[in-house]
Amino acid sequence: MDLLVGVSTHNNAKTVGEVVQAIRAGLLKYFPRERVVIVNADGGSRDSTRDVIAAASINDLQHSSDLYALRTLHCISTLYDGGPATEVALRTILAAAELVRAKACAIVSPESTNITPDWIDRLLRPVYRDDFDLVTPLYRRHKFDGLLLRNLVYPMTRALYAKRLREPYAVEFAFSGRLGSHLLEQRVWDHGAGGVGTEMRVTLAAMAGQFRLGQTFLGTKQVDRSSADLVPAMRQTVGTLFSSLEPNFQVWSANHATESIPTFGAEYELTAEPIRVNRKRFYQLFTSGVSELEPVLQSILSAQTLSEIQGIAKLAEEDFQYSHELWVRTAYEFAASYHKSVINRDHIIQALAPLYRGKVHTFLFENRDASGEEIEAHVETLCLTFERLKPYLLDLWNARE
Amino acid sequence: MWEMIMGELDHAMQELARGFAHLLPRLLAMLIIALLGWFVAYVLKIGLRGILRIAKFDKLSDNAGATQLLNKLALPSSSELLSRVLFWVVWLGFILLGVQALGIVGLQEHIARIFLYLPRLFVALLIFFFGLLAASFFSRAALLAAVNAGSPSPKLIASLIRTVIIIFAVTMAFEQLGLAERTILVAFAIAFGALMLGLAIAFGIGGRDLAKQFLERRFLKEKQEQKQDELSPL
Repeated sequence: MDLLVGVSTHNNAKTVGEVVQAIRAGLLKYFPRERVVIVNADGGSRDSTRDVIAAASINDLQHSSDLYALRTLHCISTLYDGGPATEVALRTILAAAELVRAKACAIVSPESTNITPDWIDRLLRPVYRDDFDLVTPLYRRHKFDGLLLRNLVYPMTRALYAKRLREPYAVEFAFSGRLGSHLLEQRVWDHGAGGVGTEMRVTLAAMAGQFRLGQTFLGTKQVDRSSADLVPAMRQTVGTLFSSLEPNFQVWSANHATESIPTFGAEYELTAEPIRVNRKRFYQLFTSGVSELEPVLQSILSAQTLSEIQGIAKLAEEDFQYSHELWVRTAYEFAASYHKSVINRDHIIQALAPLYRGKVHTFLFENRDASGEEIEAHVETLCLTFERLKPYLLDLWNARE
Repeated sequence: MWEMIMGELDHAMQELARGFAHLLPRLLAMLIIALLGWFVAYVLKIGLRGILRIAKFDKLSDNAGATQLLNKLALPSSSELLSRVLFWVVWLGFILLGVQALGIVGLQEHIARIFLYLPRLFVALLIFFFGLLAASFFSRAALLAAVNAGSPSPKLIASLIRTVIIIFAVTMAFEQLGLAERTILVAFAIAFGALMLGLAIAFGIGGRDLAKQFLERRFLKEKQEQKQDELSPL
């Protein structure tokens, strides 16, 4: 088999049909000569998800367009036990990819209804034709969306793993059969909190394993604002990043100069349409969090960092500023405390949430009228601060050993 | 007459000397057992202290909030306290064995009872310690959840959870010790029931407006607030 596209589902009947049709169209249009298979790993959907996938017939496409397959396009749906679990779904898809010896595989979210057939080409081509091992997406975003990625996950991952990969947490990505086998061998999902942040573990494993990375522009990021809950997002990304530091210590402690990642299409695109943001609420959640969580923060942060945070928490909203340096020290001290397990690790991640809100407040205030380029420059400065203070994390890490 | 008195005194002295001669080896045996016990208890105390330090038990105790409690009671650290408890339990055990060796009638039954009571004491201490651990964990979890949800009184919620779990642990420990079981259970049931009833009345009647505001905020205004924060972290 040449190509495999995996779709992990659980009660996605409303959207999955559209997604599978786009995948089929992409495969027929861009890879008509290749042997391809779509694998659906379902976590026990109670709606008609699996029926919708089975019904997404290739004939519909052929009637509606000029797409013709030169080979049979297989679509397999499999049910795994134990309820919805991202890591089980991914493992199922990886196992299928290894079984059929697929040269390139792509994972697509069943909720990405803005998918176009081009995505399949953009994701799979660099792996299939140009020998890349992992291709992650780049999106067009609103300048205030994805702030956790821009203020913490991307800069810290970049500083530690020395790769300028913009979307370390990607729900759509493509990988080579070589990387797939490596992931199966390494059992990357066994490290840290089970089942959380599986997608990011793939990226981190590829970075740590020195695989060939690429990025591809996929267009506008689909954002579900109704379920934009911070703590689960932090568990998926920050928790995964922190937990990866232990098994990959030899890798990240030796990295120095960051390297850029080959990019296909635009590097980034930020939009600035009006959006309602309650900045005051971020400030209030920060100040109340610092006050209420003092005993918890005492066990995580150094006395100096905590004292500085408490100092800025006393400032009026208009004077409030969470500096890059203080934020980086905060993040590194949290990472070291996570390593040391000073308290329950999930509690450490939760305790970071109010402080992150403080940083977001500063970001929103400083960039309220900023253009895309100015915001990029701001993020770059933060990244450089993370890189500059990396020895501080190493000191903390070694001291706490 | 005088000879009779002297005879009786002589007899009594002989009996005393015989009794003393009979008791002396046992007394010496008891002393040897007690000394041996002191040595064994001391070695065990040092060993346990070392193990607890390696296992960083004091850190665990800090996290559980037990150290704070011990400091308030002017007691040493948890590892030191446990080591001392082990020392005294072991040494007391040996002393009781020694006393048993004296062969005093009636004492053996009481000593057996004390020996039977020691495991219960140990289990009660364990229940109390793990109760403190659970109280610390769940109260911190509640505090973090409440802070991140923007609830009005996170510390109050956390303290309430901590208090309830500690009361549970103390009740279970006392039940294990068999001390005033009924009284403790009844007192717990009354206190817990009163607390719940008080909360229900306070929230349902006294805080009717507050409850209304809370429910409105929870179910009506929540969506509105979410719209105000149209930011996706990822």
